[in-house]
Amino acid sequence: MEKAIQVNGLQKSYKKLHVLKGIDFEVEKGSIFALLGSNGAGKTTIVRILTTLLKQDGGTAAVNGFDVATKPDYVRQSISLTGQFAAVDEILTGRENLIMIARLRHLTNPRQVADDLLKRFSLTEAADRRVFSYSGGMRRRLDIAMSLVGEPQLIFLDEPTTGLDPEGRIEVWKTVKELAGGGTTVFLTTQYLEEAEQLADRIAILHEGKIIANSTLEELKKLFPPAKVEYVEKQPTLEEIFLAIIGKKEDE
Amino acid sequence: MGTVKKYFFNDMGVMVGRSMRHIFRSVDTIITVAITPIAMMLLFVYVLGGAIQTGMDNYVNYLLPGILLIAIASGISYTAYRLFMDLQCGIFERFHSMPIARSAALWGHVLTSLVSNAISVVLIIFVAIIMGFRSSAGVLPWLAVVGILTLFTLALTWIAAIAGLSAKSVDGAVAFSYPLIFLPFISSAFVPTESMPSVVRIFAENQPVTSIVEAIRALLSGQPVGNDIWIALMWCLGILIVAYLFAMRAYKRKAV
Repeated sequence: MEKAIQVNGLQKSYKKLHVLKGIDFEVEKGSIFALLGSNGAGKTTIVRILTTLLKQDGGTAAVNGFDVATKPDYVRQSISLTGQFAAVDEILTGRENLIMIARLRHLTNPRQVADDLLKRFSLTEAADRRVFSYSGGMRRRLDIAMSLVGEPQLIFLDEPTTGLDPEGRIEVWKTVKELAGGGTTVFLTTQYLEEAEQLADRIAILHEGKIIANSTLEELKKLFPPAKVEYVEKQPTLEEIFLAIIGKKEDE
Repeated sequence: MGTVKKYFFNDMGVMVGRSMRHIFRSVDTIITVAITPIAMMLLFVYVLGGAIQTGMDNYVNYLLPGILLIAIASGISYTAYRLFMDLQCGIFERFHSMPIARSAALWGHVLTSLVSNAISVVLIIFVAIIMGFRSSAGVLPWLAVVGILTLFTLALTWIAAIAGLSAKSVDGAVAFSYPLIFLPFISSAFVPTESMPSVVRIFAENQPVTSIVEAIRALLSGQPVGNDIWIALMWCLGILIVAYLFAMRAYKRKAV
């Protein structure tokens, strides 16, 4: 299998704080890779190095075969970043945001690209409203849509569902699954275990500057004590209740 | 890589288009940039002007250069504000992870600053003409005035860029411009420096605004400009170069 990302011995410190202490991992093309870790574990630092926004102190990282430190322009051609905060222009409309990115990616038909993405992300109705009136979920959808302009081969999603309501989160999950279905490689960071469980082909756990586990969900489960059979009353989670009530309302 | 350079002007054009939309969609930036200096001009001409002896019959003619500088000094604070907001919301990171020239985003803001300040300057001159401003200057002196104002705007814009790139809060990004707005008051912009106490007068006569104001005033009224224009140009160029170097350093610190 070809590798979309190859990282060897990656090191990074901020002054005295040693954030990354020799990180190694690979991501296969077309897969969804989730990087799990608590706040401040260094997930965003890894994303920033891989997206050419930050230089590492040691080790190497290659994206789509290009070294991030020596060939950043080639790396930028084939990736796109959806950062932790929805990086959308609030004063422009949704459509204008997409057209702007399409022009910056030097596409020949920016309007058409924008229209298609608006439709795909159910933003057509809100297309000509300024983004500051959008809800959190809509912003995130627009944000991800902007990352898809020009169909990059590799997409970085840095905590894409932080701050979203349950519906927004499920929408984002659906989008990510569709992306991977279409052959795009997805690099995802998250602090929600469920998110990794739902989406990822492969899960790596970042803890105190090192990758302490890196395998499929099945393999990870095997690492832990075998499943015991216990009889526990299955209570619905609040999330299930919330979604059930909302679903009912919408059916009426 | 070739494509990045090839598209530099295209990318910058997109960036300028974006910030111009920001300007026209936030009415308060148009109001503070153009209306406040116009209000000051009305106040000084119709309320205070009668009591000010300048040696020129037409106080609007005397006042206009200083008013234009105040407008530019308040206009550039929005450049700092917009830069700061771009850094805050992460849109710069999006741009920087795309295959576009690194400096396109920054230059977009700088050009926008030039265009938006030019709009407010034209508006203010228009109002001044209604209030009785007259100039006997020909095409060349006017071109010289445009040149000085452009350099002045660029110099202040790069100062604004330093503030916008290194500020920790919105207030910090904008507050730097207040002293700049006050500089014209301690110069020959509103009253001749002869009436000031000696310490203030020494400061007033040797700070950049006085030479810039004197040069523009002389050009517009068809008087010989003397040394003022060279001193004015040196100030503008000097500030521009130093501010540009610091701004670029701040920019590189933010984006690899």
